[in-house]
Amino acid sequence: MTGTTAELTATADVSPATPDSGRRDRVRGRRGRIGKVSWWVYGILLLAAAGSIFPLYWMFVVASTNSAAASQMPPRVIPGGNFAHMVGVVFSTVPFAQSILNSVIIAGVVACGQAVLCALAGFAFAKLQFRGRNALFVTVLLTMTVPAQLSIIPQYMIISSFNWVDSLQGVIFPALASAFGIFWMRQHLASTMDDELMGAARIDGASSWQIFWRIAFPIVRPAAFVLGLLGFVASWNDFLWPFIVLKSPENYTVQIAIQALQKSYTVNLGLAMTGSFLATIPLLLVFFFVGRRLVAGIMDGAFKG
Amino acid sequence: MTVTATRRLRPRSRIRESVFERSAPYVYVAPFFLLFAVFGLFPMAFTFVISLFDWNPIGTKTFIGFENFTTLFSDPRFWNAAGNTLSIWIMSTVPQLIIALGLAHLLHFARLRFANFFRMSLLVPYITSVAATAIVFAQLFDTHYGLINWVLTLIGGSPVNWLAGQLSSQFVIAVMVIWRWSGYTTLLYLAGLQSIPKEMYEAASVDGASGWRQFTSITIPSLRPIIIFTIITSTIGGLQIFTEPLLVNSTGGLTCGAGRQCQTLTLYLYEQAFGDYKFGYGAAIGVALFIMVVVIAAINFALSTRMKGSRS
Repeated sequence: MTGTTAELTATADVSPATPDSGRRDRVRGRRGRIGKVSWWVYGILLLAAAGSIFPLYWMFVVASTNSAAASQMPPRVIPGGNFAHMVGVVFSTVPFAQSILNSVIIAGVVACGQAVLCALAGFAFAKLQFRGRNALFVTVLLTMTVPAQLSIIPQYMIISSFNWVDSLQGVIFPALASAFGIFWMRQHLASTMDDELMGAARIDGASSWQIFWRIAFPIVRPAAFVLGLLGFVASWNDFLWPFIVLKSPENYTVQIAIQALQKSYTVNLGLAMTGSFLATIPLLLVFFFVGRRLVAGIMDGAFKG
Repeated sequence: MTVTATRRLRPRSRIRESVFERSAPYVYVAPFFLLFAVFGLFPMAFTFVISLFDWNPIGTKTFIGFENFTTLFSDPRFWNAAGNTLSIWIMSTVPQLIIALGLAHLLHFARLRFANFFRMSLLVPYITSVAATAIVFAQLFDTHYGLINWVLTLIGGSPVNWLAGQLSSQFVIAVMVIWRWSGYTTLLYLAGLQSIPKEMYEAASVDGASGWRQFTSITIPSLRPIIIFTIITSTIGGLQIFTEPLLVNSTGGLTCGAGRQCQTLTLYLYEQAFGDYKFGYGAAIGVALFIMVVVIAAINFALSTRMKGSRS
């Protein structure tokens, strides 16, 4: 594992996927294979793009047709006019507005918390000298390879000893400490912040807190933003842990709410599909505005993670 | 060295500042490690302890040694779940990695138009939740009203009751995983491709190497480290699969159908621990899952180092 990591990080300095270098590349001609792109390449890529988007489209189709139309053969492939009605049914079957609010709170706190905590600890690991630094960092790396589900039983016992069962903080706190996030921030800080800059700031009498807040954090803010984004998506979409912790419908996240809707699947075919579509819209909106940065971040992370 | 500089500049608060500065790194890593210890490290270790107990959260806790594990080894439901997990993992990982390699190779043309559109649309499944994915694919594969069966009958086949069979229900789950992760993996591979010097492909095409030849002799070898990385992460992720089998069958419950045809290890763990309140037995399943991940990751690693050895 460490061998692989070293190999991957060794190539980090030629990583092309930061937003700036992306723009530069477009001007100078992009990286990649030369030669004419044949029509069948576009054909395959279009097919893959269509396949990626189709299930979302299908959710909307089923969500917007009434039950009778949804169960007819051949299936309808054009959206009907029933979407508003179905949304009304969703909101009256489960407290869906409350679920959306819960998901926004949980994912928002997890995203911001991960970004700040990991930037801070990543800074300490990348730029400060202290006893036990390497041992602590190796501990973090090793736990990344352990399946998270190994721990759910003791985690539940801890949450329940804090009286956090069926509460939002029971979902938030375990998600804040992201081993991947520490690794990610450390690699970014190590590769983007000069040691001379550190030394100069030290000579000027800056404390390590001032160095972090005034110099390091502004430098890695884009990386912290992408980390927060990844944290938001993961937290919004998380299922198993909220499913264990949250018991009453008014505390459900949207994912648990659509599972509850699915139980009434036999009553109304389109209900779970409407809920699923509604649960995906917020992330689609986020993706619409910052999707490029997410793409760049994931590609950048290929070398760091 | 730098500390002395600070001291010269601010003689008054020298002592307090140096104590503060020396402890500062620990203060910065403390919030993370506190959370990490309570919700990460301790639960991980404590799972092994609980697995040695007959542990009922609302009843008694009795130390029974390795009895949970001996029960586990003769438990057909455990072996069924382990087999299902492995078969879903293989059915989903192998096609996913091949699809991602192919798509990344195609996306890697310098003069590809709409490159950003293709990249972004491939990432749409990644932002769709597993729960929503499971619900929409369950509908697509529905026996009576599903699109897949409609297409099947259109081309002369007969409708399949996908969720009833062992292999067919696992196939449906594998399709969900492939759909959700192929685009993400494609982007990882594309990033790897972009770090390959352009000159290598230029030289190859000057020498008259075909696209396929470039794929096998430049693309694959250069991507080796990142392919290993994705295999390891998909092993860790794939063996933990839970939400898809829980939601694929709306009437299947924790067993994923009456015959446990697609119950995975994590689903069985959940059933035992949170359905039947057998925390000790659930923890033992968790330990078995952990050992499986370690063994498979070690095999992957050994295979890939041997591959590397024979190549060079």
